Amino acid sequence: MEIKDITPADVSGDYEEHHITFYDGSKRTVLVVDEEVPYPDGRLIVSVTDLEGRITECNKSFVDMSAYSRDELIGAPQCILRHPDIPSHVYADLWETIQAGKKWQGYIKNLRKDGRYYWVLATIIPTVRNGEIVGYASVRRKPSRKKIDAFIAEHLGN
Amino acid sequence: MTLTNTVSPDFPPSHIAGWYIFNTWLQNTLNERVRLELHDSFSQQQEAIQADAVDMIYANPADAAVLVREKGFVGVARPTNRVDEAVIVVAKDSPAQAVEDLPESLKVAMTAQPDVSTMGMIMLEPADITPDTVTKIERDTYALVAKSLMDGDADVGFFLKDAFESLSSFVKSQLRVLVTSDIQVVRHGLMLGPRMQQHKEALQAALLSMHETENGKDILSGLGFEAWEALHSEDVEFMIDLMETLTV
Repeated sequence: MEIKDITPADVSGDYEEHHITFYDGSKRTVLVVDEEVPYPDGRLIVSVTDLEGRITECNKSFVDMSAYSRDELIGAPQCILRHPDIPSHVYADLWETIQAGKKWQGYIKNLRKDGRYYWVLATIIPTVRNGEIVGYASVRRKPSRKKIDAFIAEHLGN
Repeated sequence: MTLTNTVSPDFPPSHIAGWYIFNTWLQNTLNERVRLELHDSFSQQQEAIQADAVDMIYANPADAAVLVREKGFVGVARPTNRVDEAVIVVAKDSPAQAVEDLPESLKVAMTAQPDVSTMGMIMLEPADITPDTVTKIERDTYALVAKSLMDGDADVGFFLKDAFESLSSFVKSQLRVLVTSDIQVVRHGLMLGPRMQQHKEALQAALLSMHETENGKDILSGLGFEAWEALHSEDVEFMIDLMETLTV
């Protein structure tokens, strides 16, 4: 899996460099800016991926919040949004759940192309056609601040 | 055999005549007897679906799963450029300026339109408001939802965006929109039951070219639509998946 690194030209302001290692051993360098982008009221971020997690469809809200262009997103792995703060066991639980054909729901901190971040409440379900899982549909919505704080306390150790 | 056509009860009352005219066009196009059966409520419509008394339906997306998975319906067409969006509305003098200002214990006025209720509840989640913390006040029409707010019987109301916008200027002046959904992908669709699927190709072709004639444009105008586009099985499956993610 290859995802383009985030470069200084993509971000503005102070940033920290992080190196993410994905489940298949591939690596990505990302630049992280400590600034949250508020999730807009009323929006839903919707995407569909194939079995490997590559984005096949996404709506305008996905494009807007990610700061990537649609062309950059279609065909890219969903983990293009992975923020180094989210522990890998969260993603492991997510994949284990959906690959077993079940629905997964949880709080995720997503990394934008410009290094900033946004929190979502994500729901992911397997898309089943003719009895077989052919991909995954994911919908993210505005989370409760209280729930995010609880997630941070439990998983991020702050 | 007489086939039965029905319309999701959330259509605007001003389009009743339009649906009867559409039904006449349908009979002439298919050379079949089709009766238009309009139900007063979603629960009545659900009973008709469960009793296999519906052959064609302009369906709310929340009903797609039952229609496809349990009753063998298939999609045929949907209006172009029409999406369902919801608004959460308060009385104009409500102290709430944002969803986060609302108390967890809340009286919510709504109709039985299922996709709007789902979208409305999702927009309340950021304030830790859930179906368990609200008192639901179900009203038959959006005008009565508005009245509940104006009378102080409810703290917030859920409206289909189009329905809210079609309220009178006076009523709207007494209310204030707190948040509007921008979901972009929730859509109604025209679906055919097993007894009507032999007509799918001919009907789809006729619907997709409807906007090309003056008579067709008049019929569409009576329904509040501009044109029809094909509703493919994958579109319907996607809608079912989407509604499932929203009803967690």
